[in-house]
Amino acid sequence: MPMDEIALDHAHAHDHKPGFFTRWFFSTNHKDIGTLYLVFALVAGIVGYSLSGLIRWELAQPGIGPLLWIQTSFFGLEGDAAITSAKHMYNVVISYHGLVMIFFMVMPALIGGFGNWFVPLMIGAPDMAFPRMNNISFWLTVAAFILACISMVVPGGLGGNGFGGGWTLYPPLSSTVGHPGQSMDLLILSLHTAGIASILGAINFIVTILNMRAPGMTMHKMPLFAWSILVTAVLLLLALPVLAGALTMLLTDRNFGSQFFVANGGGDPVMFQHLFWFFGHPEVYIMILPAFGIVSHIVSTFSRKPIFGYLGMAYAMVSIGVIGFVVWAHHMYTVGMNVDLKAYFVAATMVIAVPTGIKIFSWIATMWGGSIDFKVPMLWAIGFIFLFTVGGVTGVVLANAGIDHALHDTYYVVAHFHYVLSLGAVFGLFAGWYYWFEKMFGVKYNSFLGGVHFWLMFIGSNVLFFPQHFLGLQGMPRRYIDYNEGFSTWHYVSSIGYAITLVATLIFFFSIIEAAVRRRKATVDAHGHGNPWGEGATTLEWTLPSPPPFHQYNELPVVTGKGGH
Amino acid sequence: MRHLIAALSAILFASPAFAALPEDGAINFQPAATRIAERIHDFHLVLLWVITLITALVTVLLIWVMVRYSRAANKTPRKFSHNTTVEVIWTVVPALILVGIASLSFPNLYYLGVTPNLGQISATSKALLAEGRTAEHLAYTKNYFPDAAEKGFVNIKFQGNQWNWTYTYMDIKDDSDTAVEFVSNGIHTGRPSDKANYEAATGRTDFDSQPTNYAVDYPMVIPAGRYIRYYTAAADVIHSWTVPAFAVKTDAIPGRLNEGWFLVEEPGVYYGQCSELCGINHAFMPIEVRVVPQGQFDRWAALMKAGDFDAAAASVRQIASIASETKLASSN
Repeated sequence: MPMDEIALDHAHAHDHKPGFFTRWFFSTNHKDIGTLYLVFALVAGIVGYSLSGLIRWELAQPGIGPLLWIQTSFFGLEGDAAITSAKHMYNVVISYHGLVMIFFMVMPALIGGFGNWFVPLMIGAPDMAFPRMNNISFWLTVAAFILACISMVVPGGLGGNGFGGGWTLYPPLSSTVGHPGQSMDLLILSLHTAGIASILGAINFIVTILNMRAPGMTMHKMPLFAWSILVTAVLLLLALPVLAGALTMLLTDRNFGSQFFVANGGGDPVMFQHLFWFFGHPEVYIMILPAFGIVSHIVSTFSRKPIFGYLGMAYAMVSIGVIGFVVWAHHMYTVGMNVDLKAYFVAATMVIAVPTGIKIFSWIATMWGGSIDFKVPMLWAIGFIFLFTVGGVTGVVLANAGIDHALHDTYYVVAHFHYVLSLGAVFGLFAGWYYWFEKMFGVKYNSFLGGVHFWLMFIGSNVLFFPQHFLGLQGMPRRYIDYNEGFSTWHYVSSIGYAITLVATLIFFFSIIEAAVRRRKATVDAHGHGNPWGEGATTLEWTLPSPPPFHQYNELPVVTGKGGH
Repeated sequence: MRHLIAALSAILFASPAFAALPEDGAINFQPAATRIAERIHDFHLVLLWVITLITALVTVLLIWVMVRYSRAANKTPRKFSHNTTVEVIWTVVPALILVGIASLSFPNLYYLGVTPNLGQISATSKALLAEGRTAEHLAYTKNYFPDAAEKGFVNIKFQGNQWNWTYTYMDIKDDSDTAVEFVSNGIHTGRPSDKANYEAATGRTDFDSQPTNYAVDYPMVIPAGRYIRYYTAAADVIHSWTVPAFAVKTDAIPGRLNEGWFLVEEPGVYYGQCSELCGINHAFMPIEVRVVPQGQFDRWAALMKAGDFDAAAASVRQIASIASETKLASSN
């Protein structure tokens, strides 16, 4: 809708910010909490990314090398004890890489960070519905992360500290049989806490979106990012309690003698997998849907065209969310399921390709006929569309249970989910970062650095992950510290790809420092709005100054334009 | 490829038999050794074309809009945001493609997922021959093996332990009616002492010629051209029995017996690795399957029954070709 149809109140003469401690530790302001989430995600991202660096360093060559060196140099171990510890450490590293990236990087950044910042701004709300609950969500996430970090360094399995059973936490490896130490109990507590934080956040988003939209903003006029967060929040609300149930059963199995997943007590380890993936599959959509929303806005903004097929886009996300709940067992084709059941999950899984295809084609159709400006956020968005397509089509391959019997738990799967998450969700994350950076922080980033960051990341992550398809086809299993010489070349190439992304990441952090030091003033357009992107940026946040005042919309904006974004 | 290997090993009896190992720099599957794997590879090839074309289509469209509708090329954006026709097309066409994929997928899934009924295979094959439907018989025998079906299943249990496999041959029983059972340990564990341990334990000096992280002390041995029915079980945590060349992967789960089948026609050595994270030595519990002609298998089984595991393992170190097997059998 044109901006002049929106009545706004920019008079914030009494824009009092609380003192530092009150503002950042007792914060109830959605923008400040969003910033806290983003800072938190950056910190957790450094941890998760460093862990993946250890993985690629170790796997650059066959044999047990760098991790053994760490054990001998830093922990004073020698001989077989050092090797055993290195093997365990590898399992710990891969497990926490996954957990940290999922629960403490992607989710806090996309949902807690951008969701908190921009859902209220986009729907014309002064804040979230439950500001104090918002604060609890954030600090519980921090507590959960601290618990996870502690669990990394307390006794875990037979080989040393930390839990080394993979982010999927399958018992009996995660029960006392495989990991008798306290590490796993702390990890359960950590995930419970993170789960509570996410459920509270989800409730907050759902209530905010359903009740606090500006006058005139019907659901079908609501920006797609708000739609994506709404669907994500519903998925969180329905999926996380199932994880919590599974974790609680695991906890009582470990500590109180219950036998839920203990075979010789009448339990079944496979039941945990069903519960876990009933959460775990929606979880992957929880990570990618907000990125869908962000990319939609960016594509529309820089093409200077309204999003193509707005309703189709919104309901494609809804249907992805719905179908996402009935496909979980495609993660478990090899557990010995009935063949008819596998056939069902094949069919259900492939159906998801249809709404996903609608989204990909609609983004291209949005660009079609537009006047495309290749600013940094648009580079990331186009990169996202391409890489998500590559990750999506290998998902169709893996959906076929027959082929999955060859590829399950190989590097093909690793390549697939890193294309959709590491190159999908993370590219969406960076797209949003560069799109809203000026809006959030009131200063401009250096576009050249942003461009270099994009190109190095694009090249690096493809060099990193594409060869992993080949490794998987050749039969390289996941979660292996060592491998046969027959896998050397592509592992080496993959590690070089990591090195390229490392340069990109250093440039990213440098660009943040550069922007903070230079403090280039944010754009103020002819209407007096903080809008650097011109007429293509039509959502409400661009009608506010950059950064927005501490409290915005003291008088609610009224949406009168017809149609959505 | 399989036939080439078979021909080669028939000519050069003394040459090492075909070994299914990863090939450095390769970008595709390991050569298929079972009909299951062949079918999956064929299906994957079709899918590879489909996904490559879809990705190429998206890429071309992206490049086209980036070139044609860049700000330099198109100053004034158009304002359309709907086009029912294309929306219907990009909903219906992908759905049809998926139906096509599913129609290829399900037969493969059921082929590998259902243990064949051997009696029915023999009967069907005989009926087709009796009715003179040779073309249909030929097509049928591509997927089903009447000769092997006549001989029945070889039943083996694979039990995953931290960190080795126990193989139980349920049909091969010694005098006290105990099934032949042995533990198969990888000879590599990532330790520098692996070589010394191997040489001390076996008195052999061929450690360096053994494939890293794949070779075991006592390999699993099966006869070529026989239906293998296997059951997987686990003693402690979840493991997964996998041989890439067979396209076989079945989890071994405590409290469960999972079932599967395969049939390998060509003798050779086939390697696999545990494919479910099972603790510190997950990368060091390999699977070595020696597929040998029936005669050699019987000799191996006799030695196993007698309890001479080392002699049994030695008897399959050199794999006989099917052609030479008749010669060997007469010389014994």
